[in-house]
Amino acid sequence: MRYLPLTESDRAAMLADIGVKDVDALFRDVPAAARLAEALPLPRHQGELEVERAFTRMAGKNLSAGCAPFFMGAGVYRHHIPAAVDQLLLRGEFLTAYTPYQPEVSQGTLQALFEFQTQVAMVTGMEVANASMYDGATACAEAAIMACRVTKRRKVLLSGSLHPHYVETTETSLRFTEMEAEPLPPDPLGLEDLLGRLDGDTACVVVQNPGFFGGIRDLRPLAAICHELGALLVVMVAEPTSLGLFDSPGAMGADIVVAEGQSLGMGMNFGGPGLGLFATRDKFVRQMPGRLAGQTLDVDGKRGWVLTLSTREQHIRREKATSNICTNSGLCALAFSIHLTLLGGTGFTRLAELNHAKAVQLEQKLSQVKGLRVLPDSYYNEFAVHLGDEVKAAEVVDRLVDKGILAGVPASRFYPTWPELAPVLIVAATEMNTEDDMDRLVAALKETLS
Amino acid sequence: MSETTSFSGNKGLQIEEKLIFEMGNPGAVAVDLPEPGPVDLDRMGGVRKRADLALPDLSEPQVVRHYTRLSQKNYGIDTGFYPLGSCTMKHNPRLSEKVARLPGLADLHPFQPRQTVQGALEVIDQLAWWLKQLTGMPAVAMSPAAGAHGEWCGLMAIRAAHEDSGQGHRRRVLVPESAHGTNPATAAMCGYSVDPIPAKENGRVDLDALKAKLGPDVAALMLTNPNTCGLFESEIIEIAAAVHGAGAYFYCDGANFNAIVGRVKVADLGIDAMHINLHKTFSTPHGGGGPGAGPTVLSAALAPFAPVPYVVSGPDGLELVEGRREGTKPFGRVKGFHGQFGVFVRALAYILSMGADGLRQASSDAVLNANYLQARLGDVLTPSFDGPCMHEALFDDRFLKDTGVTTLDFAKALIDEGYHPMTMYFPLVVHGALLMEPTETESKEALDQFIAVVRGLAEKAKAGAAEDFKAAPRHTPRRRLDETLAARTPILRWKA
Amino acid sequence: MSEMRFTKDHEWIKVEGDQGTVGISDYAQHALGDVVFVEVPEPGRTIAKGDEAAVVESVKAASEVYSPVSGTVTKGNQAIVDQPGLVNESAEDGAWFFKLTLSDPAELADLMDRAAYDAYLATLE
Repeated sequence: MRYLPLTESDRAAMLADIGVKDVDALFRDVPAAARLAEALPLPRHQGELEVERAFTRMAGKNLSAGCAPFFMGAGVYRHHIPAAVDQLLLRGEFLTAYTPYQPEVSQGTLQALFEFQTQVAMVTGMEVANASMYDGATACAEAAIMACRVTKRRKVLLSGSLHPHYVETTETSLRFTEMEAEPLPPDPLGLEDLLGRLDGDTACVVVQNPGFFGGIRDLRPLAAICHELGALLVVMVAEPTSLGLFDSPGAMGADIVVAEGQSLGMGMNFGGPGLGLFATRDKFVRQMPGRLAGQTLDVDGKRGWVLTLSTREQHIRREKATSNICTNSGLCALAFSIHLTLLGGTGFTRLAELNHAKAVQLEQKLSQVKGLRVLPDSYYNEFAVHLGDEVKAAEVVDRLVDKGILAGVPASRFYPTWPELAPVLIVAATEMNTEDDMDRLVAALKETLS
Repeated sequence: MSETTSFSGNKGLQIEEKLIFEMGNPGAVAVDLPEPGPVDLDRMGGVRKRADLALPDLSEPQVVRHYTRLSQKNYGIDTGFYPLGSCTMKHNPRLSEKVARLPGLADLHPFQPRQTVQGALEVIDQLAWWLKQLTGMPAVAMSPAAGAHGEWCGLMAIRAAHEDSGQGHRRRVLVPESAHGTNPATAAMCGYSVDPIPAKENGRVDLDALKAKLGPDVAALMLTNPNTCGLFESEIIEIAAAVHGAGAYFYCDGANFNAIVGRVKVADLGIDAMHINLHKTFSTPHGGGGPGAGPTVLSAALAPFAPVPYVVSGPDGLELVEGRREGTKPFGRVKGFHGQFGVFVRALAYILSMGADGLRQASSDAVLNANYLQARLGDVLTPSFDGPCMHEALFDDRFLKDTGVTTLDFAKALIDEGYHPMTMYFPLVVHGALLMEPTETESKEALDQFIAVVRGLAEKAKAGAAEDFKAAPRHTPRRRLDETLAARTPILRWKA
Repeated sequence: MSEMRFTKDHEWIKVEGDQGTVGISDYAQHALGDVVFVEVPEPGRTIAKGDEAAVVESVKAASEVYSPVSGTVTKGNQAIVDQPGLVNESAEDGAWFFKLTLSDPAELADLMDRAAYDAYLATLE
C-alpha cells in the first residue's frame, strides 16, 4: 500500500526487537470481546486511478458554478482567485505543518499569521485581530459569548439582518448557558427597531452589514446608543470584499467585528471549510477567544514571532478558558492573506468597486422584468428581490436550473414558515459575472414569470 | 557571535524576510482588474466611501517570493519526521489534494438546488457510511469543524437528551486528570461543572474512584481512548457499564482513534458519542493549524438530537435536512452551511485509497512503530508505564535528573538534528512528559536514524553537556524566542 | 505589623489592626515562572474567605489568587499590574496584590505561620 513504508521483513524484525510474537500481542489491553480478528468486510484498498475515477464520477453528477450563469450568495460568494494563491498553499511546509507550537521551526506560519492579523485589523478598522476561528457562524457565536463576558450581562440581541445560519449557531451556542439569545424576525426591508429592544441587561447587539437581504446601514447611531447603555456592538461581515468600498465597522463604532473570510482565497467548496475573522479593541484582547501570534525577539536579539497570550486558552485555563477552540483555520487564513496581499490596497478597493458596479448593473437589467421589485434601497454586491405575490422563488430557481442558470438563493430555504418570504430571491453579482450572464438571467426570468 | 555573519543577514538558503507592510510600492499590482467606473453612491445607504485603507501594493513576483521564503522557515511532515504526540502527523496524500480541486466538487455553492449537487451529497453520505461502519455506531453528525467542536457537539446531544427525558438536573461531568484541556473547556460551554477523576499507577482510569464519583447529578464521563498516555483503557467495558448504570452517558474523545481503526469497533466498547478528527485519523492536512473536521458518531439514544444539517436518502435522491423533522429533536446547528466539505473529500479519498485492509494495517503499523520506539529507547529514556503502548510512547524526565537539561532543552536539541520535537509537558500527569507518536508513515530506516540520534542526545545529556542543550537550537531561522517579552508587551499586529 | 500567615494555596497575609495585605508566596512565584499578567480587585469589593480575588499569569500557567480572609478591598497594587515582573522580584514584600479591611479576624487562626508553611512545602515534593 502506497502510504505504508514498512515491509513484512521490517515488521518481523521490529516485532523481534520488541520481543512479541505478532502485532496482536501489542493490542492485548483491548478487551477480548472487542477485538476484531481481521479486517472489516468493507471495500479493499484501491490505486490512485480507481479512486480518482470514483471522484470524477461524483463530481460529474454536480452542476459546477463555472458551467452556468451564477448569481448565488447568501453567505458564500464566488470570486476569482489568483492562480498564485493555490500554488503557494500547496507548498508542503505550509500544507503539512501543525499548529506552530515550536516557534523556531514555524516562523513561516507565525509571520504569515501576524501579517494576517494585521490585515484583518486593517480591513475591519479594528485594533487587534486573532489568528482566525472555524467560520463566520462560529465566530459570531464566540463574539456574543465574549460580549457577555466583557459586560457581565446575559442578553444577546440578534438583528433580523443576520444570516439565519449565524443566528442558529449563536442560539445553539448559548442554549445551555446562563446567556440568552434574542433573535429578531427576518428584516428584508431594514425596518426593524433594534434601539427599542435594548435595555440594561443587553450584553450586545449583533448586526450584519451588508445585511442578509443586502441592505447597508450606517451603524453610527446604533453604536452610540449601545455605548450609552453599556452594551457592545458586534458587527458581522458575511462578504469581506465589501470592506473595500465603504467605511469600516471599526470606523462606525463596532466593539467586535466578526466575518466570514471565504470570499478571499478560498473558493466555495460547497460551504466548507470557512474562515472566521475576529477583531476587537485592544482593551478587550484578554477576553478574546482563539489563537494569537505575537512579535518578540530571539536570544540573538532578532525579531521573530510566537503564539502568545495563551493563558486565555483551553490547554492552560481548562474549564475557565475563553473558549474550547484548539486550532484556528490556519491554511484558510493563509489563503485569505495571500489573496489580500496580491490585491494590495489598490486592488482591494478596485475589486470592491467592481462588485458594487456589477450589482448596480444587475439591478438595472432586472428592472426590465415585470413584477420584480428590488427590496433594499442600498446594497453592496447582493440584494433581495421580490418576484411577485403569487410567485414561489424556490420554484423559479428550479425552473431556471432547467435552463442551465443558477439564479440565486430563495429566502424560503431559511424561512420555510414565513409565507411572505416565499417570493423573495437573494441574488448576488461579483466580478465573475459577465453582461451576457445577466442578460441570460433576465431573459429566463421574463420567460418564467410571464 | 561565534559564526561569520553575512552582509545581508542571510545564511545561504535561510533568507531574512520582511513583513509585507514593510515592502510594497504604491501603485504596484499583482491582480489586473478591469476599470470599475465611478461608484454609484446612491446605493450605499448613506455610508461614506472608504478612504483609510493602508494595505501595501506589491507585484506578483514579490508576493510569490515572499510566501515561498516564509514557507522555507517552516517544518512540515513533508520535511521530515514529526513525532508530535497526540497530533498524529502522518503523510498527507497528494491524490486527496487533486480530487478536492475538481471543479465539480470545489466550485459548488452550498445552497445550490439539490438536483445540481447529488454528487456532493454522495461524498458526505459515503463518508458518513464509512465512519459508521468503522465505529459500528448507528449515526453520525457530520458538521463539527474540529475535534473540540465535535466534543461540544457530543456533549450538547447528551445535554439535550437529558433535558428531553426530565434529567436536566444532571450537571456534573467526570473528566480524567490526564485529559486534553478541550474536554473541561467543552463541558463548561454546555453549562456543566467538571469533576476530575484520578488515574491508577498503570495510567488508566481508577474504576473504583470513578464509581465513587458517579451519582444522580452526573451527566457524562468524558474519556479519551486510547488515553492521552497512549494506553488502551483496559477496563473500558466495565467503565461504560458503570456510567450507564448511573444514568449518565459515555463520551469518548476520539482524538486517538487512529490507533484502533479496523481493530476495534468503538460501539463494542459501550460508548454513546465520539468525535473523529478527520485531520488525524484520515490524514487531511493540518495546514499549520486547521482546517480540520470533527464528525461525531452517536448511539441510537443520542441520534435524534443530532444537529442540522444531515443528508438523507429520499424518493428523488439524496437531500439535506436543514430543519426539524418528525421524530427528531436536533439540538441546533453548530456552524454555517454543511460542514467541512473540502476536508470530507480528502478524508474519503484517503479511506477509499486505504480500504478496510489498509486502514487496519495503518493502525497496526502505527502501534508497531510506537512500540518499537519504546523498546529501543526504553533503556536510555525513562518510559512512564510498563507494557505495550498503543500509537504513542510516553516518557518522563527522570532520565534527565541531575543533568541540568530539561525536557524543553532536549526537544530544542532535536531541532538542530533535523527533527520536529515530540510533544512536551503533556499529558500533565507525568513529570516533564515527552510524548512520541511516530505514526505508520515512518519507515524502519527513519525510525532507526531517529533512535540513534535520541540515544546520542540522551548519553550526551548524562555526560554533562547542559550548556550545549541550553544553547539549542542553533541552526534555525530564529533561535529560542522570548515568550515572556511577547506576553508582557503584546505586539499583535504591525503598526506604521 | 503582625507576622505573615499563609494558605495552602500559597497566598500570604500580613495584618495590622483590621487592615490586611495579601500577596502570593515566593514558592508560588517560583512555581509560576516569569509572571506576565496580573489582575487585582477593585476597591470596595466585598470578598469572602476563599473567593477568587485576583489573577496571576505566567507564559504557561494561569492561577487565581484566593482571599485568605473575608473583608472589603481597600486597594489593589497598580505597580504589579504595570510591571508584572515585580511579582518575581519581591513576591513577599513590595509585590503585594491587594489590601483589605478584615470582617472576621478570627479567620486568621486557620492560617499557617512561616514554620508551618515551610513544613507544608516540604511535603509537596
